[in-house]
Amino acid sequence: MSRSLKKGPYIDQKLQKKVEALNKSNQKKVIKTWARDCTIIPDFVGHTFAVHNGNKFIPVYIQEAMVGHKLGEFAPTRIFRAHPGVKSEKTTSPA
Amino acid sequence: MARIAGVDLPKNKPVEIGLTYIYGIGRSTSREILAKAKVDLHKRVAQLNDEEVAAIRSVIQSDYKVEGALRSEVQMNIKRLMDIGSYRGLRHRKGLPVRGQRTRTNARTRKGKRKTVAGKKKAVEKK
Repeated sequence: MSRSLKKGPYIDQKLQKKVEALNKSNQKKVIKTWARDCTIIPDFVGHTFAVHNGNKFIPVYIQEAMVGHKLGEFAPTRIFRAHPGVKSEKTTSPA
Repeated sequence: MARIAGVDLPKNKPVEIGLTYIYGIGRSTSREILAKAKVDLHKRVAQLNDEEVAAIRSVIQSDYKVEGALRSEVQMNIKRLMDIGSYRGLRHRKGLPVRGQRTRTNARTRKGKRKTVAGKKKAVEKK
């Protein structure tokens, strides 16, 4: 179910303050954040966020097309390497 | 033979149903269109006269996105998700369910036919 429009998008207050400060001073700094649930607003475009994925911080450069998505969408929390026991892909030809 | 939006409509079905053969038109859209074009929705496709066909055609053309245009829009949306590297884009790339469904079992629509992976070796062999 989608969020009530009355409330507007969820934006992490502290994060927004930091971005505003950067925008005012015209700096570009990587901002570390845990706020994966924060909606990306147009002000964020051009900044780089280090979004926590539960283990480390994933650098995310914000492009215009990302507006409206959440920061967490760009920092995957799971890493799939391979299934145990599957040795390379030589035996399983692409079907 | 009525041909609308590049699709041949079945002759012997009611227009309401016939229109749903066009990609992007389902039952409710079909009814909306027929109401706007002022065509009786129980009429069979074959019984439509040229004016009615023209009316339907113009309504679709002006107010709805169908067939190729719609397909490409959907593709563009998916491409956008993939390009910005979002989680949903990754799932599209991998051909796995996008909306958080389980993949331990099922998910066959997205994953396609089962590809059996050779089972792991028996523990006995390890000595």
